[in-house]
Amino acid sequence: MTVTPVDPTGLPPGGASPGTPVGASASTSTSTRGRWPWLRVSRPGVVLSFAFLLVLVLASFWPHLFTGTDPNAADISQTLRGPGSGHLLGTDQNGRDIYARIVHGTRLSLWIGLSASALALVVGAAVGVAAAQGGRVLGAVTDWLLSVFLSIPGLLLALLVIAMLGPGTRNSIIGLSLIFTPGFARVVRGEVMRIRASVYLEAARALGWPKRQVIIRHLVPNALGPVLILATINVGGAISLGSTLSFLGLGPQPPTAEWGAMLSSSRTYFSVAWWPAIFPGIAITLAVLAITVAGQFLQARLEGRNAR
Amino acid sequence: MTIALAADERRGGGRAASSARSIGLAVLRRVGYAVGVLWGAVTVTFAALHLKSGGIIDAIIGQAAVSPEVRAQIISDYALDRPWLVQYFDYLGHLLRGDLGHSYNQGMDVTTAIGDQLAPSFELMAAGVVLALVGAIVVALLTANRPRWIRGPFAFLEIVGVSVPAFWFAILLLTVFSFQLHWFPAIGSNSFRGLVLPAIALAVAPGGTLAQVLRDGLERALDEPFVTTARSRGIRETAVLVRHALRHALMPAITIAGWLAGAFLGGAIVIENVFSRQGLGTLTVGGLGRRDFPLVSGVVLVAAAFYVVINLLIDAVYPLLDPRLRPVAPTTAGPVNAAAAGITSTASPSVSATGADQKGEG
Repeated sequence: MTVTPVDPTGLPPGGASPGTPVGASASTSTSTRGRWPWLRVSRPGVVLSFAFLLVLVLASFWPHLFTGTDPNAADISQTLRGPGSGHLLGTDQNGRDIYARIVHGTRLSLWIGLSASALALVVGAAVGVAAAQGGRVLGAVTDWLLSVFLSIPGLLLALLVIAMLGPGTRNSIIGLSLIFTPGFARVVRGEVMRIRASVYLEAARALGWPKRQVIIRHLVPNALGPVLILATINVGGAISLGSTLSFLGLGPQPPTAEWGAMLSSSRTYFSVAWWPAIFPGIAITLAVLAITVAGQFLQARLEGRNAR
Repeated sequence: MTIALAADERRGGGRAASSARSIGLAVLRRVGYAVGVLWGAVTVTFAALHLKSGGIIDAIIGQAAVSPEVRAQIISDYALDRPWLVQYFDYLGHLLRGDLGHSYNQGMDVTTAIGDQLAPSFELMAAGVVLALVGAIVVALLTANRPRWIRGPFAFLEIVGVSVPAFWFAILLLTVFSFQLHWFPAIGSNSFRGLVLPAIALAVAPGGTLAQVLRDGLERALDEPFVTTARSRGIRETAVLVRHALRHALMPAITIAGWLAGAFLGGAIVIENVFSRQGLGTLTVGGLGRRDFPLVSGVVLVAAAFYVVINLLIDAVYPLLDPRLRPVAPTTAGPVNAAAAGITSTASPSVSATGADQKGEG
């Protein structure tokens, strides 16, 4: 949109040669435009994020590595016990161990975000490729359709899907994926059109490669990078929005251990007991944070010095 | 420069008429596209109603109990016994008359139900927008191109702010400031003090994104030659930042304003719920609980209209802020530049005007 203009202001011709102005003025203070600046600045954060993601993956596959307590074992004599007191993070209104429920809730909470993003990726990529490869009419129609879906705020789009299909885990995944599909379609379409106009693709065609091979060998691998990174960052947003739906009581239903659902059931008591309302939220925040940081790191790696 | 202006003035007469027509056409095309998008959103809600599992009548009624007469009335109202194309045009006709359907759970028109709840939601959103905008601009101005120990913590806070789910941040604020410290009322208060915590909770995530975008824009702008020019004229650094760089930094922020509007609306829906405030969010989530489809789709349509209008406004604001986007820059340079100067600084109109002219040529 705003193309950085080649500014004909009073700089001497030497300073206006390509490449120098940006680097020259930026190197004086900090920051975003050196070689691998992002890496240097936040390396500890990136390492921590990947470590935490590893923990999350372990917890979602083997929760018993982290806790031996049954997440659904209710104990009426132990309701709303504070942190410490034999339960690391306290107990909820049914006397269930909050730490165990957070650990066991990892799988579903991550699954909702991951599967929604994956579904959006697949559908969005198909739409994007169709829009890029189809004619002008198909392109215009797709563009209009994407504008329509983008005009409805994300959360409301999911709410509309749930109003249509009813609450539940599967339906909230469908609703969430619909939020992210237009973004993927736009990126894929743009990538395909950019690559199609590239010289190396022209070379491949000039060499008489069959169309299918051109697509598999060149188009897909080159379009995949930005799309996968968008997907990574989207997983964070999808987990956050997914927990929002669960919190509103529209996702997984009780007594399922899931972070948003735990927060939802804590609402009635959180004037007297803060711990059931706080700890699952910390888990969500850390998970989203780790995914965001990791995603931005991957983006910086792919885009090199142009990254933010 | 003067020569170019003189030449333009000579051609001015014929140009003005054609440029007015091209502006008119551009506006017409934008508005037409906006109407097209809205029509699409209407079609989506219509399709959603008809693709819904279970009978359409049950979808319209939700969990309200109605008599057989009312059932018959619904069938004739929605033309459910007619072909679907007739139903579709019927639906369009109702919407054109501002009739979003009837909520049998609320026992009133959806239009009325939404109209009653607009004010409290807009109050919350306005407070959130102001907080997010002011906070993001201040943070961006203070941290752009600053040493790492200043910039780093803020950048980290922004990422945290973007990652925190708004509803949980709201719970956190409630726990600390209402239940532990008793500084603010906890639930459902419509006073100004009751607005503080919800507004903060709403502002955090969009504010974090805005701050990131603004700082990025500021740092890009500060690398541009016009900033060097301004500095070389002896303008103070604060003035360079606020008068010259900020205007450029605002452009990308305005580009995402439509998305931000959606984020604020979605955030308000959830946060109203946490604080048990009146508003669209409480209405919508309550409607979902009772499977009140007309109500939910009505809110969706109002939100889509809101988004479309915001984007039209953005299109209108662009050329005011960025002279490069004006249809015919040189002929209209005089009056429009004065307007642009009014936005950024009244103190140094000549500086802004020259900057704008150079951009126009570039």
